[in-house]
Amino acid sequence: MSVRATATITDAMTLIDLANPTRFLSLTARLLPWLAAATAVLLLIGLYQSAMAPDDYQQGATVKIMFIHVPNAWLSMFVWGVMSLAALGTLVWRHPLADVAAKAAAPIGAAFTFLALVTGSLWGRPMWGTYWEWDARLTSVLILFLMYLGLIALWRAVEDPSRAARAAAILTLVGAINLPIIKFSVDWWNTLHQPASVMRIGGPTLDRAFLIPLLVMALAFSLLFITLHLAAMRNEILRRRVRALQLMQAAQVTQASRRSA
Amino acid sequence: MSLGPYATFIVTSYLLVTAVVLILIAWIVIDYRRQKQRLRDLEAGGVVRRSGPGAADLR
Repeated sequence: MSVRATATITDAMTLIDLANPTRFLSLTARLLPWLAAATAVLLLIGLYQSAMAPDDYQQGATVKIMFIHVPNAWLSMFVWGVMSLAALGTLVWRHPLADVAAKAAAPIGAAFTFLALVTGSLWGRPMWGTYWEWDARLTSVLILFLMYLGLIALWRAVEDPSRAARAAAILTLVGAINLPIIKFSVDWWNTLHQPASVMRIGGPTLDRAFLIPLLVMALAFSLLFITLHLAAMRNEILRRRVRALQLMQAAQVTQASRRSA
Repeated sequence: MSLGPYATFIVTSYLLVTAVVLILIAWIVIDYRRQKQRLRDLEAGGVVRRSGPGAADLR
């Protein structure tokens, strides 16, 4: 066997190992303290830089809302993207951790989307003169939030997680159609919301004084999501073990009562 | 650092984000403790997994 073939087999074994929930639990136990510490440090740096950032010549100090609004808005879409990949993992590869990842991500994504909507609203009132406008960007993000809630309700409505997983995966993939609509809504329709100023062809239009704190905060919130997601996945694995043990317990009780009858 | 005439909007935004993130963290930590306790209770009652670590092995 060649060295390359051996290396490929070793890589494949590593992936299989990670798919094992027990190994995943020991990996998260080692990773989580480091991830939590890195998130806290990065958040502190980001918050300090946000506080020290200069006022915008038009918006004044309200520009500081951008440093928390934009990371939450990015994550609202990113989390749905992660859930869509997990949905493919459930439907195509039947990966043992795929539906665990999808289920654990939904409440976190809902929280980020809620924060994007509310901080956007609080930014909009002084800048646009209104908390809310039924324009394409705001409405499509509200639909994303409602889809998160629908997905959480679906997971809770079906008792057997493996049966809920397939329905949730299909709903997630259908809902992914909303992601490009949110991203390009500011280009396709005439909206109150400003067009993209960071992720755009031709580079960011933001000044470095705003761009650097924004990127640090975005990285900090992304790390926060990874940390919370891994911890929530760990909880979901344990919840399924509890359920399996309870089913075993119920089966033992039924067998015992049949024997005594 | 002066936050200008719209300080209320800025401070409310930051407080709200802090509160929601703290609630998320607390929810996940409490859920972890609850699941660990339920596993321990089941194992104490004699219901044990055939493979993998038990609740006592979880940190």
